[in-house]
Amino acid sequence: MARKTYFDVTRLPGFSTIAVIVFVMLYAPILMLVIYSFNAGSSVAIWDGFSWRWYVTAWQNEQVKEVTLRSLMLAASAATISTALATMAALATTRKRAFRGQTAIYVAINQPLMVPEIVTAVALLILFAAVKVATGYQGMGYLILAHTAFCIPFAYLPIRARLEGMDMALEAAAADLYASPWQGFRHVTLPLLMPGIAAGMMLAFVTSLDDVVISLFVKSAGQDTLPTYLLAQLRRQVSPEINAISSVLLLLTLVLLTTFFLLTRKKD
Amino acid sequence: MQSQPQQQGKGASVSEDPAVEVRHAIKQFGQGDSAVRALDDVSVSIRRGEFFTLLGPSGCGKTTLLRLIAGFETPTSGQILLDGQDITNLPPNKRPVNTVFQSYALFPHLTVAENIGFGLKMLGQSRADIAARTAEMLALVQLEAMSTRKTAQLSGGQQQRVALARALAPRPKVLLLDEPLSALDLKLRKEMQSELKRLQTETGITFIFVTHDQEEALTMSDRIGVMSRGQINQIGAPREIYAHPTNRFVADFIGETNFLIARMQGGVATLPGDVALPLPGSRADGQVTLAVRPEHVRIVSRDTAGALPATVSHSVYFGTDSHVHLRLADGTEVVSRQQTDAEGAASPEAGTGVGVSFPAGAVQVLED
Repeated sequence: MARKTYFDVTRLPGFSTIAVIVFVMLYAPILMLVIYSFNAGSSVAIWDGFSWRWYVTAWQNEQVKEVTLRSLMLAASAATISTALATMAALATTRKRAFRGQTAIYVAINQPLMVPEIVTAVALLILFAAVKVATGYQGMGYLILAHTAFCIPFAYLPIRARLEGMDMALEAAAADLYASPWQGFRHVTLPLLMPGIAAGMMLAFVTSLDDVVISLFVKSAGQDTLPTYLLAQLRRQVSPEINAISSVLLLLTLVLLTTFFLLTRKKD
Repeated sequence: MQSQPQQQGKGASVSEDPAVEVRHAIKQFGQGDSAVRALDDVSVSIRRGEFFTLLGPSGCGKTTLLRLIAGFETPTSGQILLDGQDITNLPPNKRPVNTVFQSYALFPHLTVAENIGFGLKMLGQSRADIAARTAEMLALVQLEAMSTRKTAQLSGGQQQRVALARALAPRPKVLLLDEPLSALDLKLRKEMQSELKRLQTETGITFIFVTHDQEEALTMSDRIGVMSRGQINQIGAPREIYAHPTNRFVADFIGETNFLIARMQGGVATLPGDVALPLPGSRADGQVTLAVRPEHVRIVSRDTAGALPATVSHSVYFGTDSHVHLRLADGTEVVSRQQTDAEGAASPEAGTGVGVSFPAGAVQVLED
């Protein structure tokens, strides 16, 4: 027998019971949601047979189309901008010799992970209200800006992790072999960083896609995103159409997160 | 390369005119009280075509000096010249100097051939030229069969060869090697040592090699610069450094050495036990440290004229030789290396009273 392993979960009493409870609590509601999205009847609690009916309804709902497109556009913009910024931040915080105030910068970048979202939302509401009055601009810019800000840490962390695992001598070698700083970035750093950047971008995209709190506070009239639309719908009437939309959103998220996992997992 | 006549033995056409010149280089890291001087006024001139080794313990500044020549660091003050031109403030990509890194730093997303061709590609050479030079380099390091592999699929020794080929491909004026053999096992290291020497002779490129391994330095170099605490202590050919170390650090770091405290006056050293040893040629006065290699210490009978009285404390058997540890009158420990003779005669017993002598020519007066 090999040496005793402490905290071997398979040996802790009651572990399997706890595990089962946790998994049921985590996944049963989601399972129910998906099952009832295929309900032929119009109740989310009484099963009435299998049907694609609510998917068709959702597909034909112009409003759903509009908010979905808005959400995707918002998530794509926020993910792109935040990933670009996060890449620069990650390069600056890992590719240089440690400097004074580095920890402070690290904290500042990850601030959205620590400050309660509602606080940020209220603060943004007040600030943007003033800006809206002063400039008269009512467009999507506010939402994009707000989403970009809270997406940065989600993009930053996988990129930074990737950079930390990368030998600094690689860039030195590129420079030594006559690559200008830009060529070194283009031919060495960027290709090696690509999985991290893609992963960060996907995390940022998913985070933006399902944000409710900040969107709710920042959006102007007629700027509903998919999550805020669903919330509004739920207040009025509950139909399996919501289940259908949520299930599609779930599927999209799963695809993105699986890709993220495949991109970041260590080879062999 | 083919046209160049192969020169055996030491150095391919070493010329007196320097390839690299470092003038009064000072490199300081950090500021104020926490400042560390990695290099403290280093001046060295490296000749064209020579195999020059920077030897010293870790933290002595040898790697910093190499990074200064490569351009990864700029000196706090001082000058670096390449072929007589001031390159002190040129970035690494503008210096016709290439480096073999300790970690090899091969690009993991590129194949072996792409790694070797990287420098040429950055220099804007044509595809045909890059392909031809890459093939030539692959042949030079005997890796033709590996050209399309990714570098992670290679063994340590093969990666080392790729790193060498990559650095040599752009025909640098100087090749810098930062402890490139330290990650290899002993057998492979020996192989690579002769391989490196062969490449240097064949290409005729100036090599600056950094190591902490004195044996590596002694066997490969044309000249060695011994460093400690950010300064170069002594520069010379391996034989010169070994036979005539100028200070205690060099004598101690390279090979094994016995140190004796003596009093010098008028070219005569007074050793422990009041034995006088004439050392003509030394003008030192007062208390000095003498260095004598163990292989030069002879054990003689106690009453031999001019011998230092000593007692055998113990001996260690190594096979081809044994080390006899002796204690002098003043308590100084001296080691004598005794070649094992055909009869396999035993070393003197512990506690035996003997005499110790050494030829005056084997004694090195150190400037302390």
